[in-house]
Amino acid sequence: MRISIENFTKTFGDTTVIRDMSLEIESGEMLALLGPSGCGKSTTLFAICGIHRMNGGRLLFGDADVTRVSSQNRNVGVVFQNYALYPHMNVFDNIAFPLKVRKDSRAEIDRQVQEIAELVHIGELLKRRPAQLSGGQQQRVALARALVRKPDILLLDEPLANLDAKLRLEMRSEIRRIQLATGITAVLVTHDQVEAMSMCDRIALMDEGRIVQLSAPRDMYDNPSTDFVAGFLGNPPIAFLEGSADGDGLRLANSGVTLPAPADITLPEGGAPMRFGIRPEFFQPENELKVEGRISFVETQGREELYDVTLENGAVLRSIQSQGAGHRLGDKVTWGIARDRILAFGPDGSRL
Amino acid sequence: MMSSNFRSWPLFLLLAVLSLPLVTMYVYLFVDTITDTTAGSLIPDRFTLHHWRFLWEEPETGRVSIWTVTLNTFIFATCTTLVNVTASVTAGYALSRLNMPFKRFFLGGILTLHAFPTITLIISIFLILQMIGLYNTLLGVILVKTALELPLGIWIMKGFFDTVPWEIEMAGLQDGASRFTVWRKLVVPQVQPGIAALAVFIFLSAWSEFIIPQVLAPSGSAQVLSTYLSNLIFDDMKPDFNMFKSVGVFYALPVILIYLIFNRKLMNIYGGGTKG
Repeated sequence: MRISIENFTKTFGDTTVIRDMSLEIESGEMLALLGPSGCGKSTTLFAICGIHRMNGGRLLFGDADVTRVSSQNRNVGVVFQNYALYPHMNVFDNIAFPLKVRKDSRAEIDRQVQEIAELVHIGELLKRRPAQLSGGQQQRVALARALVRKPDILLLDEPLANLDAKLRLEMRSEIRRIQLATGITAVLVTHDQVEAMSMCDRIALMDEGRIVQLSAPRDMYDNPSTDFVAGFLGNPPIAFLEGSADGDGLRLANSGVTLPAPADITLPEGGAPMRFGIRPEFFQPENELKVEGRISFVETQGREELYDVTLENGAVLRSIQSQGAGHRLGDKVTWGIARDRILAFGPDGSRL
Repeated sequence: MMSSNFRSWPLFLLLAVLSLPLVTMYVYLFVDTITDTTAGSLIPDRFTLHHWRFLWEEPETGRVSIWTVTLNTFIFATCTTLVNVTASVTAGYALSRLNMPFKRFFLGGILTLHAFPTITLIISIFLILQMIGLYNTLLGVILVKTALELPLGIWIMKGFFDTVPWEIEMAGLQDGASRFTVWRKLVVPQVQPGIAALAVFIFLSAWSEFIIPQVLAPSGSAQVLSTYLSNLIFDDMKPDFNMFKSVGVFYALPVILIYLIFNRKLMNIYGGGTKG
């Protein structure tokens, strides 16, 4: 079911958390609300499910205005960060709770719980208490409970934050598989850009209560609209070079070096402050636009190695290279930047 | 439990010596109820059930049977517990979760009430009960005891409700349940240890209450065991101390029993509301 948020405003006391936000989520789509803590992503999620009342704006599910509809009547399934399983009930009763509240018949409840338990692969755990389950299993139960009464919309609030690294990887694809299998419209709240990029059709990147950019993951990574977006996506993160516009290039701060800008952009007036963003995969020994520096940090990541290169003016570039090149801490290196992959940002942080 | 680099026997010895007087008193309390001792001797020399005669003999004129009094005490303690727990569980939830006006003021007020020593209120309570005709009735004593224990109960239950995660309630609402269903089916089960502990606590407190029944229901059919016990000592021209001890043991037995059964649950209340 399509979700439209129109001019949504939310205040807590005197603080306005979200001001005049609008967002369309297509039917059957999985959308990520991504952003740093305190950006209002969870607030938006709780407004969609009805736990927070909206102070302004409208919320539509399909064509129905649900702005004033109570949580109970919205037919939205929610998976909470700590799963919020009912500790005194076993897994079966946990999943059956929404159906019991709806007063379905016993046979019907049995059938539906079995069906959803099969879907999330917890068929053999129905007799257990939540305390006897691992984190990943609890997560599956929470998903099953959210999905069992066939909600129109599934909301996931940081569903992977409490899992260890290996399980996180597994549940990432599991959640996506279940979302695709049910064809449900889903909204995922996360602060982890990898989760957002790997699981979702589109990402809404939020900062200070506004949506900064709304695009498909690939597009957001390649074409960030601001330096904030560029800095938020990517691991290891992008490196920025500060400087000022000089002709058709960037003159680095405290340095005589000028780097040419990518061909197809217009630079601001001479002398205006600006910055280049260079992702670690585009700063490599073989690229054409050479800069000189000293390796100031080496981090072994297994398959790859991450180098920090401090330039002579103190700026730091990151480079990620296949393992085995043998560069050592303190080495003087002259590596190149891929000129057409430079992301240039103007004085206000917006992309040029 | 005891680590090998810590010798435990000196500690046990010290504790044994320190608790010897207490143990002696308890032993004599029990032994004296079933024996007679020649005057001047410490060692009992005759077995007898004479001191327990209050259990089966007809009471003297003007006295009430021990069984009536026991029933009274039981009704008193049970009703106090029921009313108190019901009110505490609802009020505690309201104060913990509902967005009601004057919440802080209300919480502070309850605490102030709890801080009042019972004895300072007893005269005004006495006058009020007499005015509304509840003096010397069991109902009056129940109401007063409940009211005086309620602040503690509300605070304890509020503490327990505070530990229940918000998400459980949110999840319940999202699952389509009403606020009341969420409270009854999802939240109250989480605080069950607290309810059990509070119930035992209030029951024991009411069972051993002396000052309120003594002042507000001192005689006749509304007597409870504590007042019965004190009347036994005051009324008699030649006090029978061994019978006094027997009644005392009889009075304490349920308390000991309840402690033995529920001591784990009681730990919850003193442990500050975390589930164990």
